[in-house]
Amino acid sequence: MELPDVKEKWTAQINQVTIGATKDQGGTRARTVTVGGQTTMPFLTFEGELPFKPVIAGYVADTPPGWPEVLINAIGKEINSPEEWAQKCVEEYGVDLISLKMVGADPAVKDASPADCARVVEDVLKAVDVPLIIWGCGDDEKDNHVLPECSQAAKGENCLIGSAKESNYMTIVAICKADKHKIISEAPVDINIGKQVNILLQDAGFDLKDVVMFQTTAALGYGFDYVYTILERARIAGLKGDKLMASPQICDVGGEVWRIKEAVVDEDVLTGWGKLEKRGPMWEAVCAGVYLQAGADILIMAHPEAIKNIQMTIDQFLKGGKE
Amino acid sequence: MIFIGERVNAGFKDIKEAIINKDGDVIKEWTRKQADAKADYIDVNLGTASNKPEDLCWMIEMVQEEVDLPISIDNNKPVMLKEAVPVCKKPPLVNSTTADDKKMDELLPIVAEHNASIIGLVMDEAGSPNSADKRVENAGKIFAKIMEYGMSPDQLFLDPIVMPLKFMQDQAREILKGAAQFQLFSDPPCHIVCGLSNISNGTTHKKLINRVFAAMLIANGLDAVILDVMDEELVNTILTADLIMNKGIYADSYIEAFRK
Repeated sequence: MELPDVKEKWTAQINQVTIGATKDQGGTRARTVTVGGQTTMPFLTFEGELPFKPVIAGYVADTPPGWPEVLINAIGKEINSPEEWAQKCVEEYGVDLISLKMVGADPAVKDASPADCARVVEDVLKAVDVPLIIWGCGDDEKDNHVLPECSQAAKGENCLIGSAKESNYMTIVAICKADKHKIISEAPVDINIGKQVNILLQDAGFDLKDVVMFQTTAALGYGFDYVYTILERARIAGLKGDKLMASPQICDVGGEVWRIKEAVVDEDVLTGWGKLEKRGPMWEAVCAGVYLQAGADILIMAHPEAIKNIQMTIDQFLKGGKE
Repeated sequence: MIFIGERVNAGFKDIKEAIINKDGDVIKEWTRKQADAKADYIDVNLGTASNKPEDLCWMIEMVQEEVDLPISIDNNKPVMLKEAVPVCKKPPLVNSTTADDKKMDELLPIVAEHNASIIGLVMDEAGSPNSADKRVENAGKIFAKIMEYGMSPDQLFLDPIVMPLKFMQDQAREILKGAAQFQLFSDPPCHIVCGLSNISNGTTHKKLINRVFAAMLIANGLDAVILDVMDEELVNTILTADLIMNKGIYADSYIEAFRK
């Protein structure tokens, strides 16, 4: 008996977004990174097109984040210099691009000035030749000053700038249009707001084909399944023809995982949970690996071991598990 | 929701005259207006203006010169369709067949050959169905037939046959009950379509009746509709009903976003 064909037939395609600009394209990057373009759910190579594989962005910050020693030691002294940290990510960890976050701009951290932040952007652009994702510090008011200067410092480099929220999208649209960057649209684990932010960006004249969606990110144990469901639902909507949900998606796995108890405290506090040295990177890798299956296109990651693991995972998934 | 714009129809005086006088601008104007109102298909109906295949082909060409939307060919004569279907740049929707074996065997080879879709009216030689059961029986016949021709369920648009509320008040419930059962034939199901305005024939509150019935049909599986796509309130009702049925993702500006 012939088995019925159970393949899903999707009608639409996820937008293809390219980050970075080479010399010919008005930038200084050695290569660009393209994500999206899928016509099926993640890794279902037998069902549709998956023209670009998911990518890993190395987490880099202007100031070392308040991370546990396990992670800081794994990265090494380079964590104190954004340029060296970025170089290490590219040269040693083999990441596809760099995600640069202005942690120090936060008024509660160092309150670094917009000019200082812009300088960091310039330095990192000089230090590495991969495309760049640039984030503010997360404080809307401060970011409205920080991001325009950072954006200008990277003018023409076709960076991905984060992030446009319901509350501050106008500034981001203006700078990204002026300096030719792409936008991360952000929603707080809320698919309806995610769609609404994209509508607002579109209304403001920004092409949704230049947008990557960010539903914040949750670490395993902290609302992970909510984010998973949203990524998956958004991807399904996009594949079914909802143009407002057809953007590639980004997850800040490193930024989230290394804040939670399970990745911060060792066995002395969490008895029976195993050594943090092993548990921490494993937690990051597990979260990243599962988000890949939900529909994440860009994973921001921090721990070198976790990065290595996910690079292998991506290759394995794309081979359909065959070695 | 799949919106099939009904306005390029010789039942309207301006279209009829345009066909007779070969005035393509009128066809194009209504095509453009419907496309701007977000029609997914442009229905093309020659009506009584002509019975020549070349006139039907001309209408299709006029539409295709203006937009690149697929055509719904509102004609059920094989001699016409044999000419008209190949003219379509995108696989068209043939409107329509009945559950009559002879009719289906005439039309489906043309439809299948061009990877087109077809509307299946759930009536047979005996005429219009007057119960949900009869509707489902006829729908089943059509469904089985398209399978025989190697077509997939998404190439079939079943039409439960909408009847006027004013004259056949007992039918609306049967239509809804029938439509609900069409969805059970396969997974994913075939499409369910209707000519909506039949429900309000002869009534005073036409638009209101159309809107309410559209919402009720959507709750019973309707996912395509032949309508006046420029009736903004009707389209808004349909968009909202679709969201209530969880057919799309809600956003505060969903109405505005649809019209962008």
